[in-house]
Amino acid sequence: MHNLSVAQISQGLSKGEFSSVEITQHFLDRIHQLDSSINAYITKLDESALAAAQQADKQIAAGQANPLTGIPFAHKDIFCAQGVKTTCGSRMLENFISPYDATVVANLKQAGAICLGKTNMDEFAMGSSTETSYFGKTMNPWDLETVPGGSSGGSAAAVAARLAPIATATDTGGSIRQPASLCGITGLKPTYGRVSRWGMIAFASSMDQAGPMGKSAEDCALLLQAMASFDSKDSTSIDHLVPDYSANLNAPLEGLRVGVPKEFFEQGLDPQIAAQVHNALAEYEKLGATLIDIELPNSKLAVPTYYVLAPAEASANLSRFDGVRYGHRCENPSDLMDMYCRSREEGFGEEVKRRIMIGTYVLSAGYYDAYFRKAQQVRRLIKNDFDRAFEKVDIIAGPTCPSTAFKFGAKTDNPVEMYLEDIYTISVNLAGLPGMSLPCGQIDVMPVGLQLIGKHFDESLILNAAHMFQQATDWHTLAPAFADNTSEANGGAS
Amino acid sequence: MSLERTDIEKLALLARINISDSESQQVTERIGAVLNLVDQLQAQDTEGVEPMAHPMDATQILRADEVTESNDRENLMSNAPATEEGLFLVPKVIE
Repeated sequence: MHNLSVAQISQGLSKGEFSSVEITQHFLDRIHQLDSSINAYITKLDESALAAAQQADKQIAAGQANPLTGIPFAHKDIFCAQGVKTTCGSRMLENFISPYDATVVANLKQAGAICLGKTNMDEFAMGSSTETSYFGKTMNPWDLETVPGGSSGGSAAAVAARLAPIATATDTGGSIRQPASLCGITGLKPTYGRVSRWGMIAFASSMDQAGPMGKSAEDCALLLQAMASFDSKDSTSIDHLVPDYSANLNAPLEGLRVGVPKEFFEQGLDPQIAAQVHNALAEYEKLGATLIDIELPNSKLAVPTYYVLAPAEASANLSRFDGVRYGHRCENPSDLMDMYCRSREEGFGEEVKRRIMIGTYVLSAGYYDAYFRKAQQVRRLIKNDFDRAFEKVDIIAGPTCPSTAFKFGAKTDNPVEMYLEDIYTISVNLAGLPGMSLPCGQIDVMPVGLQLIGKHFDESLILNAAHMFQQATDWHTLAPAFADNTSEANGGAS
Repeated sequence: MSLERTDIEKLALLARINISDSESQQVTERIGAVLNLVDQLQAQDTEGVEPMAHPMDATQILRADEVTESNDRENLMSNAPATEEGLFLVPKVIE
């Protein structure tokens, strides 16, 4: 049952092969049985999930089902959900019960989907391994000694371990694509402004973007359909028609021009990954696409550019955590300043504090032009590279990450090394483009991800390209042995 | 560029984050390493390049200034660490 696609679950529900309550209970049982080994969830929502599933069953019986009605899923714990603990992976929000729903949360409720729980993440989405969460690390289901990637490591691990069919996630510098790559699943970061940021706890507002994770491009298309909307509550939401993301999945790729940036095959790429990605590119040629060499010369500056701009925006966004209106407050503050400084010392973890301080530094008097303005200028050069490339190609393809999942602790003492995990993903956020990761191989059982990058609002095309690859290959169907590590008999339809 | 511990102490105060003496050496080193990384930008010629704040150079959307929310004080204040009679409590500010 837990290996079914969203469309298969939907079909099973409409045919009455199983009810939403049954499939929801199936996933909740798996979570209770398996999650203690991987810690993908911060909060489990059995009661509200089953109540929502009952409602969904009524809707299905009444013939009023949407594509996601009665489909279980998980939310990254960055989305505010009314009456539910929303921690963002931080001690600062350990006891925060959101008084309202994020737009993404409201959209999925409206679609009739069933939220199983809230998933673990790097604190305030700052990290590439989910090791910075206050609620403990998440294990990669393919090898419990390695990281699932981050920041959306909980959502990626939950989908990989079949503890949720699909999950929401967010991506500021690679936080959907890198964990999708490391956990062997499919994840899409949409165009900046495509999905509302309202109620999504802010990290770097000019790059934050929510998107879907699933076992396939087909499932991601269905989840994105429900997540995407123009939202007047998000001042950077873009009023652009939301197309039917499933409509063109099967369009032939004959004549598709695929750009291959040479820079993505330098910069410390594991040669075994390069080989797997080249195999995937060869598959695209078989599907009728043409490979075209392109150059993104300024992409080598993406990581330094990001580590000026993202911390600067974070330092401003996280100034709201002052221990007054919500969030952690220290014991017995002697005065206001002591309250601010100790509440933030205790409430934030090391990585978050580091980024706030870097942001404070690059925005401070005397350094603003040398750092912040300079980085904003280089950001435009990076975007211009993509604009030029897209004059001669339709999509861009390359590796998602320079290596497969690494061991816990391998990069925690060296922030710069951790930051280089996102070397191929960050430029996409700086340019605001849609980007996707899909499984395209394995090295010693560990998954390898292929990254596809599209033009602004070209989600349909990259979903199409990903889906056609998944029709021709079976990497996305592989599940870690951990997912079958239960004594239970598989339920009905699986 | 090299950072001194005193720079970090000043920065921590600006950011309203207390840093203990035992941590300050490591914090200084690790922030220094990140600043070395971002210093790569200095070599790039950006003469005449317009700074980019938004991926699509969009500007803020404006909406009519209308009342859309009702008073939800109790609910909104329920997460506050200390309140009294609908007010947030903070340490004494004025003697």
